[in-house]
Amino acid sequence: MPDPAIILAGVLNGLLAGGIYVLVAVGLTLIYGVLHIINFAHGSLLMLAMYGVFFLWRLLGIDPYVALPIVIAGSFAFGYVLYRGLIGRFSHGRDENILLITLGLAIVFDNVALLLFTGDTQTIDVTYAGTIVQVGAAFLPLPKIISFLAAILLCGVLGLVMARSQLGKAIRAVAHERQGARLVGIDVEQVFAISYGIGIACLGAAACLLMPTFYVSPTSGHAFVLIAFTTVVLGGMGSFVGAAVGGLIIGVTESLGGLLLGEQLGQIGISLIFILILLLRPTGLFGAGR
Amino acid sequence: MSRNRKVHVTRRSVMAGAAAAGTLGFPAVLRAQAAAVKVGIIHPVTGFVAYNGQQGRLGATMAVEDVNKAGGIKAMGGAKLEALLGDSQSKVEVGVSEVEKMNEAGVVAYVGCFQSPVGIAASQAASKYNTPFLIDVGASDLLVTRGLKNVFRLKPGFGACVDQGIAALGALNEAAGKPAKAAVIVHESGEFGTGTAKLLAGKLPSVGIEAKELIAHDNPTRTFDNVALRIRSMAPDLVIMSNYQNEYVLLARTLYQQKVNLAGLFSVLGGGFNYKFVKELPDVAQYMMDTNHWFNPQSDKAQALKKRVEAGGALFTFEVYLAYSTVMLLADALERAGSADKEKLIAALNASTFNAELLPYGPTKFVNGQNQGGRAAIMQALKGDIEVIAPTDVASAKAVFPKPKFG
Repeated sequence: MPDPAIILAGVLNGLLAGGIYVLVAVGLTLIYGVLHIINFAHGSLLMLAMYGVFFLWRLLGIDPYVALPIVIAGSFAFGYVLYRGLIGRFSHGRDENILLITLGLAIVFDNVALLLFTGDTQTIDVTYAGTIVQVGAAFLPLPKIISFLAAILLCGVLGLVMARSQLGKAIRAVAHERQGARLVGIDVEQVFAISYGIGIACLGAAACLLMPTFYVSPTSGHAFVLIAFTTVVLGGMGSFVGAAVGGLIIGVTESLGGLLLGEQLGQIGISLIFILILLLRPTGLFGAGR
Repeated sequence: MSRNRKVHVTRRSVMAGAAAAGTLGFPAVLRAQAAAVKVGIIHPVTGFVAYNGQQGRLGATMAVEDVNKAGGIKAMGGAKLEALLGDSQSKVEVGVSEVEKMNEAGVVAYVGCFQSPVGIAASQAASKYNTPFLIDVGASDLLVTRGLKNVFRLKPGFGACVDQGIAALGALNEAAGKPAKAAVIVHESGEFGTGTAKLLAGKLPSVGIEAKELIAHDNPTRTFDNVALRIRSMAPDLVIMSNYQNEYVLLARTLYQQKVNLAGLFSVLGGGFNYKFVKELPDVAQYMMDTNHWFNPQSDKAQALKKRVEAGGALFTFEVYLAYSTVMLLADALERAGSADKEKLIAALNASTFNAELLPYGPTKFVNGQNQGGRAAIMQALKGDIEVIAPTDVASAKAVFPKPKFG
């Protein structure tokens, strides 16, 4: 049995990793909650956002954190245009078409990235990357603490927007009953596009927060996709609180599993949670029953 | 009469002209008419290891270009090499189908495939046609221990690199007063990482170093924070890494960010130890060591090729010069065989004494398809550059070991 100090350090590491899972999963759960589809292009769009952050730093010298508003706005615009110009237009209102289009987009994005950027691993070297905050046995990298706090903050802001703003109300109305929303004058297609844009904007934020400690290559987004799907299922499809709590639970489970059972076997904890949730509470921890 | 004469003279003139042209004016045309020698070049230019594949293709096509510029295969009337490019997509079955397609196209030999599993299956498929298969990159010793007569590997394999790396590490440790007594091995969980880790763990005691623990990880891995935590709690003197590029960089970065104090970070065939890593993350890479394929820094030809590759915006990674040298080995064998006949080509490869000028190798000597003259180099990242620290005859710098501790 490892030292309790090591366990505590493992929990802290897991919470910090979970912060990023939260951001990736929040976008996915929003898109599912409103459009009722699984966005198969999520990992590829995260990868594109990470390349955006990388090139802003490489070509213009813009720090990833300073780039946050630029990348969030750019990702929102990209997501919005993608939905308006492609997904919404060619899906003809059929969910299975949206699934196929997002799957096709993922393949196109991955291969275009490979063509343009090659398969090479790209990293960002920032001066604060090596700054450490020591908490007991844990040596917590400052960028990971920042990403955790920013993820929680962005989640809170998104939750507030959804709860208090007119846009949030419209999104919730469309998510709940799209025909009814249309009848009361809500532009449902516009809400779909905005929701998709917000989901991709979350990926933009995740990309900025990840890059100081991670890398980007044409396949790097896929590392987070399975974990994001698991988080969404655990928290409940379409639930923001669920995605936030689920992401942190997954992060800590993965971390402690790795510490106690080894890096490979440790992943079993995530799968166990996934199976148990599907067996005992298929709607997830915070999902609404149907 | 005059008309006949005129015709007669004209015919003579034409005949004489043709004869003269045949000996003087048209040799280039005659050479160009020699049938091109088709070479199948298979790399994973898309998929999981696309970067490595793209680098391999770059080296191979540059070599084909250079052979052709220098007049082609002279013993075959100046026959040009014609590269048929294949993409294995990092998948075994696709690599095999590329072999079949290229066989239909009439290739004389294959060069490839970067990944050992693809190379194993693809060379097996080529053996059905008795077509020589030259492995440019592929670490597994299984490539050349299956009794296939058509497979040749210029570079040293897995086992030889581990032996050489361990011997160099032992010598380094001995010279420094044995600061390293225990090591933790972090490896990817596939055949490459697991195989290397087992070999390393078995051989480290021979140089007085205990392998405290083997930590396996999946590809991709999102974070190495807990691995760093475990390493810190075990307090080894060395961390030995065996991973592909992404995880290699992420692990090195995490150990640096978490300021894990070690006497050294060492790898055998480290997937991410290259110029890009060392130049872009110089603080992370500083003092890291790797046993790998490397060019001979004292070779003018290697330095010239390096400049050419870098001028084109690419990096001079091991895939480039290994693929380049392997195509040159094939061209040399074609010269010796004087024919594209597969039997003659295999015989020429078996008898080959090719001098791979870019590499720190001696003349080739193939035993069961494995070149006995190949050897790896031990490198260290020093001040944003990569220096060769062993073998001493090609070394460009003295090793720094143990590395300074974090303050």
